[in-house]
Amino acid sequence: MATEPANPEADASATAPSAACIKFDQVVKRFGSNTVLDHLDFSVDRGERVTLIGPSGSGKTTILRLLMTLEKVNDGVIWVDDEPFSHMRTPGGQLRPANEKHLSAIRRKIGMVFQQFNLFPNMRVLQNITEAPIHVLGQDRAKAEARARELLEMVGLGDRADAHPSQLSGGQQQRVAIARALAMDPEILLLDEVTSALDPELVADVLNVLRDVARETDITMLIVTHEMQFARDVSHRVLMFDHGRIVESGPPDQIFGNPTEERTQRFLRAVLEER
Amino acid sequence: MNWSAMGDAFPSVIAAFFKVTLVSTVVGTAVAAALGLVWAILGRSRTRWVTVPVKVVVEFIRSTPLMIQLFALWVLLGSLPTEVIGIAMLGIHFSTYMSEVYRAGIDAVPRGQWEAATALSLPRSHTWRAVILPQAVRNVLPGLGNYAIAMFKYTPFLSVIGVGEMVRTAQDYGSNHFEYPPVFTLCGLIFLAASYPTSLAMRKLEKRLGH
Ligand SMILES: Nc1ncnc2c1ncn2[C@@H]1O[C@H](COP(=O)(O)OP(=O)(O)OP(=O)(O)O)[C@@H](O)[C@H]1O
Ligand SMILES: [Mg+2]
Repeated sequence: MATEPANPEADASATAPSAACIKFDQVVKRFGSNTVLDHLDFSVDRGERVTLIGPSGSGKTTILRLLMTLEKVNDGVIWVDDEPFSHMRTPGGQLRPANEKHLSAIRRKIGMVFQQFNLFPNMRVLQNITEAPIHVLGQDRAKAEARARELLEMVGLGDRADAHPSQLSGGQQQRVAIARALAMDPEILLLDEVTSALDPELVADVLNVLRDVARETDITMLIVTHEMQFARDVSHRVLMFDHGRIVESGPPDQIFGNPTEERTQRFLRAVLEER
Repeated sequence: MNWSAMGDAFPSVIAAFFKVTLVSTVVGTAVAAALGLVWAILGRSRTRWVTVPVKVVVEFIRSTPLMIQLFALWVLLGSLPTEVIGIAMLGIHFSTYMSEVYRAGIDAVPRGQWEAATALSLPRSHTWRAVILPQAVRNVLPGLGNYAIAMFKYTPFLSVIGVGEMVRTAQDYGSNHFEYPPVFTLCGLIFLAASYPTSLAMRKLEKRLGH
């Protein structure tokens, strides 16, 4: 059941003021004196899959980390499902920076897969996947394990439930990490260069799993990747970043096939030469 | 000098070793290990109202002499048995060193583990219990063991508040019989017999944990 990106016009009739699932509104992020995101505006529709590309240091990871609540904005507001995400409403209707309670309630909608997998080495594969469903969602163990086994089957590791992460290859670990994120039924999935730490021959398996996820679910995805063919296959839209600003945005065929901005052309040439 | 005094003093000295010195070390280590963990976790709190006072208290205890602390606690809690005061102070004193061992062991757990836990919405307390501490334990065991041995060698200080630990018992025997060198030699041998094998075992453990 492949879902097309929601059409903003059509959804606007509902109670929600827009169909935007994620909305960055004049977001500023600084590290010391280094302004990484400078009044950034963009939005992502429900069910849309958006790939972020751009040179190193352009702020792609920072965007995902802000959404995962691993970083805080310095200015501007992030909205998720038309609710303030980086902020919360006071009784008077004003916005003020989110506290930990607000963040822990709202971050459940979002899952993330990291470049370095970050599996818990002290837990077996199955427990890595069931830990959060049991202790965060309150699922009973039998149900959580049944679902975890299904997900392991889906990522092609049905027989490795009892392995320790250290006994798996990087590609296998990353597929477990994908299953772990999916077990929480996220509305939004963030993927930060999930194949960059892998040996080349292990990349394809991971990307194929993600193609399946894209095809079989309607999870909104924000993807940072240098795998241009993959980005072309799964994303509805590509955003080209430079210095924390969007240089160009459009459907993958246009951005990869016929980029209008000189900066995008230069970046794509550089990526192609790297291979 | 009468070296046979070593044999005569042995029963009372070894009894004090088991009943007081060893018990103080074992219980003191348990107290220090538990309290040290509390300091380390509080030191990682997100509010300064917690981290700053903890830091001040820990630094203060670490940088003042154990002997003075023993006197101070004895004056404060004079109604309690001196053994209890002694063990408590040993535990508190060494907890400040052990908290540093924990801190280093916890810092050695990669930041990505905390981030993965956040990405899964695991509550902070659960992250500590299920993710961070199980990984930190292997980092801290050797360090905690070394401080346990150090504590063992500090137990003679307990005599200043009147605890009848092994060295004090030996001293009493020495002054009654005017035989100091043999009884102190005996104490030294007992310390050596207890702490050397323990050090070797610690070193073996360190190797097995891959340090
Ligand atoms: N924790 C941090 N402390 C200080 N500076 C940081 C931190 N995280 C990121 N930065 C800086 O922010 C800028 C953007 O970094 P970011 O990781 O978002 O870039 P990126 O687009 O993901 O790059 P890459 O392709 O190399 O992963 C960089 O200049 C980086 O040095
Ligand atoms: Mg990055």
